Amino acid sequence: MKRGSRWAFVKRWETILVLILVAICLINSMASPYFLNPHNLFDSTQSFSEKALIVLSMSLVIIGRDIDLSVASNVALCSTAMGWLALHGLSTSSLLLASILVGTLAGMFNGFVITGFKVPAIVVTIGTLSLFRGIAYIVLGDQAFTHYPANFWELGQGYLFNMIPYEFLVFLGCAVIFYVLLHHTVIGRNLFAYGNNPDAAVYSGIQVDAYRFWFFTLNGTMCGLAAAFLTSRIGATRPNMALGWDLESIAIVVLGGVSIMGGSGTMLGVLLAVFVMGMLTFGLGLVNIPGIMMTVVVGFLLIGAIATPIVLRKLSERRRERAGA
Amino acid sequence: MNKVHLKVAPNRDVILGAIVVGLLVLIALRAPIFLSAGSLDTLITDGAILAMMAVAQMLPILTGGIDLSMPANMAFTGMATALLSKAHPTMPVLATVAIALGIGLVLGAFNGCFIAYLGIPPIVVTLGTMSIYRGAVFMLSRGAWVNEQDFGKPYLAFPMSRLFGLTHIFWISAVLIAAAYVFLNHMQRGRELYALGGNPSAAKYVGINDANNKMLIYVLTGLAAGLCGYLWVARYAIAYTEIALGFELQTVAACVIGGVSITGGRGSVPGVLLGAAFLVIIFNALPIINVSPFWQMAISGAVVLAAVILNSRSERTQGKVILERDHALTKVAL
Repeated sequence: MKRGSRWAFVKRWETILVLILVAICLINSMASPYFLNPHNLFDSTQSFSEKALIVLSMSLVIIGRDIDLSVASNVALCSTAMGWLALHGLSTSSLLLASILVGTLAGMFNGFVITGFKVPAIVVTIGTLSLFRGIAYIVLGDQAFTHYPANFWELGQGYLFNMIPYEFLVFLGCAVIFYVLLHHTVIGRNLFAYGNNPDAAVYSGIQVDAYRFWFFTLNGTMCGLAAAFLTSRIGATRPNMALGWDLESIAIVVLGGVSIMGGSGTMLGVLLAVFVMGMLTFGLGLVNIPGIMMTVVVGFLLIGAIATPIVLRKLSERRRERAGA
Repeated sequence: MNKVHLKVAPNRDVILGAIVVGLLVLIALRAPIFLSAGSLDTLITDGAILAMMAVAQMLPILTGGIDLSMPANMAFTGMATALLSKAHPTMPVLATVAIALGIGLVLGAFNGCFIAYLGIPPIVVTLGTMSIYRGAVFMLSRGAWVNEQDFGKPYLAFPMSRLFGLTHIFWISAVLIAAAYVFLNHMQRGRELYALGGNPSAAKYVGINDANNKMLIYVLTGLAAGLCGYLWVARYAIAYTEIALGFELQTVAACVIGGVSITGGRGSVPGVLLGAAFLVIIFNALPIINVSPFWQMAISGAVVLAAVILNSRSERTQGKVILERDHALTKVAL
């Protein structure tokens, strides 16, 4: 495929996402008078901000031809660590740091096994998916940690100007940082390079395994951050928390136009996909559609988002062939 | 081909077999009751379903794919047959099995169409259908459970009836796994799967049809999941939305422990059987040796990691021997 046509396609994909987003917002505002209330809108961001933090770093991992299925378990692990440390009297800020530290170490562990032993990320992270959440189950069993410092709730439930949730602000800040990282730094260029062709990247002197290691570590860091917000918002740690986030965050990344085969994608697309998914969930919640139906919608969106361009391309190829003959 | 197979596969399988036997001995020393007839019977019946699903999972993995939607397929088929049994309690077993296979086939073929004919990566498609099928279970049942007293008699009786002292579930599993062994080792279609996974472009040049084989694989995993859905529901005499949630990881784990390469082209049915046996023994032994079942998840994770790391070493040193001529080995790099 020519360079020009690929860029045209990417631009078109983001246009489609914008159209979908506008359509969802229109339908939502028609379905419920409560949708277009700014307080409600900002509140709704809380339900996806934490997941969206992981989506940002997950897109980098996927652009680099890897995948991380352990993120949801990592969140449970970080939250368990926070709950345990809170029992020992740590303050809110040290709990936040501890969560980020545990997440980072868990991500490092993924990166170390994957790059150190040269094994595929999918099976390593399937293993750590069980291991991380398994540790949470060992510590907690069927219990929950609920004793957090008095001002701990502020992290996930606090608002700026009584309006904008802190976690949404943090997400927006991170989105800007990730945008710059991916599209305006050498790191980002190298990521696209090895995502497209790892062998060629190695031969041109890019330390591919080092990059992969650090992107898995970064993914872990974001899990730790997300875990702190989530735990603060729901005020408790249970071993089954964040269940299904691994698949949902991958679905959002792919919906955002990142190729699951690596090498292409944009932060803008991912960001739009985050809002599409967030507004869709919010809308379905407003009209009282049960949460599990959401998974059906996510599933269809995931497959449809990938299948549609392929079908369109095949159709246009066939038309061209017929014209040629 | 045969020679190579003998050289590489049994070595690893023998070691794994020894580990499994050693594990049994250790557990038996700690708690002799584990080797009692009743306990072994449960072990074999539990293991039969996992082994069947793991061998089915091996087919997509051999070609470098994966089927994450199998447990959701099981849940849907299980719920559908359970509701039918509730509505028609006298429904004959043969009809139940036919319906289970039919639903499984349709769900599997849905996966297959996207994977084989549109070329979408299997992990994405089955990730999507996993959510769709699971949500469909909820739509079908409206979140309600089907309990033991709701089922028709023949529905529950058949899988747990006994032949020569062992449950029908075991015999069904044994026959299907034997069939899978013959298919993979002695039939052209089966050998083609190894070729496709080992080197897709080479396979294409010798005329192996990629799309048809992939369609076949996902239809087969769909059929297996459909059948197991019925067996699972009948065994535990209950149907609910979350049946077999997370089971996909156990099937993948059994494959990885059994030496199936996740990048495709390597793996054997006996290996997967040992992998499944290993997992089932550990899971069933935990409560008997007084370890909280909450350890189950972490242990399976640690075992998968250990197996992956060990596999990576053996794969790296040996390479892939695809052709042997005059003692000169042709090695193909990964």
